[in-house]
Amino acid sequence: MSTSVRTAPSSVPAKVPAAAHTSTGRLGWLVLPALIIFVAFAVVPLIGVFVLSFTSWDGIGAISFTGLTSWTAVLTDPGLPHALWVTFLVIVLSWIAQTPLSILLGVFISGHQKYRALLAVLFFLPLLLSAAAVSIAYKALLDPNFGLGPGLNLGFLTQDWLGRPALAMGVVIFIIAWQWIPFHSLIYQGAIRQIPVSMYEASQLDGAGRVRQFFSITLPQLKNTMITSSTLMIVGSLTTFDLIFVLTQGGPNDATRVLALDMYLTGFRANQMGLASAIAVILVVVGLILAQLLQRIGGKDRNSQLEGA
Amino acid sequence: MATQATAKPAARAGRQSSSGSRRSSTERKNWLGGAFGWLWLLVVLIPIYWIVITSFKSSAGYFGTNPLLPSSTPTLDNYKLVLENDFARYFMNSVIVTIGATVPAVLVSFMAAFAIVRGAGRWLKAVNALFLMGLAIPLQATIIPIYLIIIRGGLYNTLGALILPSIAFAIPLTVLILSNFVRDVPNELFEAMRMDGSSEWGTMWRLAFPLTRPALVTVTIYQGLQIWNGFLLPLILTDRADLRVLPLALWTFQGQYSVNIPAVLASVVLTTLPILVLYVVGRRQLLSGLTAGFSK
Repeated sequence: MSTSVRTAPSSVPAKVPAAAHTSTGRLGWLVLPALIIFVAFAVVPLIGVFVLSFTSWDGIGAISFTGLTSWTAVLTDPGLPHALWVTFLVIVLSWIAQTPLSILLGVFISGHQKYRALLAVLFFLPLLLSAAAVSIAYKALLDPNFGLGPGLNLGFLTQDWLGRPALAMGVVIFIIAWQWIPFHSLIYQGAIRQIPVSMYEASQLDGAGRVRQFFSITLPQLKNTMITSSTLMIVGSLTTFDLIFVLTQGGPNDATRVLALDMYLTGFRANQMGLASAIAVILVVVGLILAQLLQRIGGKDRNSQLEGA
Repeated sequence: MATQATAKPAARAGRQSSSGSRRSSTERKNWLGGAFGWLWLLVVLIPIYWIVITSFKSSAGYFGTNPLLPSSTPTLDNYKLVLENDFARYFMNSVIVTIGATVPAVLVSFMAAFAIVRGAGRWLKAVNALFLMGLAIPLQATIIPIYLIIIRGGLYNTLGALILPSIAFAIPLTVLILSNFVRDVPNELFEAMRMDGSSEWGTMWRLAFPLTRPALVTVTIYQGLQIWNGFLLPLILTDRADLRVLPLALWTFQGQYSVNIPAVLASVVLTTLPILVLYVVGRRQLLSGLTAGFSK
């Protein structure tokens, strides 16, 4: 593999640049449809949200520039550190809940052959449901009067799940894990199947047991996959909105009021679009910082893998 | 060039055979993983089982009975109630938005991916970099300006308002995945097309398009599922009852009938049914679609 990569550049220049050169001019316009719509509905809004954070707007009337008013209001509001803390909790707790289980299940489904087909069909059902559907179903299932717990007369399942702050947070984490663990174990399974067998065979000859193999071969080989999976988990948790919006509306007592929900409630319920835009900018910045951190942890080889070159 | 082209399939074949022999070497029992696997399967299935059986119970019969046993007198009343609540209209809205956004998104992304891989120069590099950067833009953070653009553009309360931003946010990942696959098309084939006097436009549709079809199907399914399940855009960009898409309709239905749990669950089942049918038909494509590019 490495030889072919190294020899390629030396043999290529003779032909390709000429061809590429003549075709560039004719190909450039092919990106235009995608570019125009992407700029209009993603790049412009991204810039727009920065601009709007320096304005005051109720969502209907005129927009007026008010300088740093929104920013001072948002940054001095105790609601912001609270929303950041809740968001942090969701990110960290859902990562802790999902990662070890996903790896374990990934190992399991990568090896087990007998029930694989059956497992695969059933295992991934949660992924098909919308966050709204999942939340609505769990709301009914956990109902302290009419849900599964009281129906079965199970005391520990009969709690005011969404009425108590700590429990509500636990439910949010559980539902995220319930829906996404299959997805992440599928990613891990794909990566585990790419680990060369020879590594396992060699360690087997050296007398390494299953557990030892897992910790000294499987886990280290999964490093890049862990970064990918963690990035998806963290970005997903950071932008969790539908689930919490339908499940708790941020309650009880703002216990599940994450940043994205805080932005929505500030903008579209309290009609303070300027403040909400400032919160949205914070959301973007937090996302960029987290992405940078993960890239850092992943090391340099990460970048080239993402671009798939 | 030739070395590269032949090296690739060889490496692939090697990987496949290695995973083949890996299978036999892991036939040893993995008790811990197995136990967790089956346990998690139960955790996944019990709520789904409960949703389905409860949706067939009458709202009166629901309270007295064991929640984990199917009703002895199953009823379709809940489904009737959901269907009478304009389900067909919401379903059609979802279909229109999903197809109307997914198909154009994949087509324009494919054209862009083709240009990025086959072309060269600063312009295409910059566009590619912009799309890669776009992967990091969260939809939630841009929703207020999108709302502003949509109302100023006179698109508020139209299905188009849901379609346009959906296309925009589907583009970065779709371009990334498709360009990886267009890159895999052997250069010799492009050369051959050129020798035959085919234009780049012709080459794109008659060579690259059919050869990347598995990837096209995969990203179409992935983006389709994302858009089908989308909640934020319809919540913010429409407020007319007749424009609701399924997730939003589900939420309002739940608000209206919150005491009638079997009916609420019937609505959950009905909104998921179309995807379930697709899942049964094209499970392989859907699963690879869901993890598109992430373990490539």
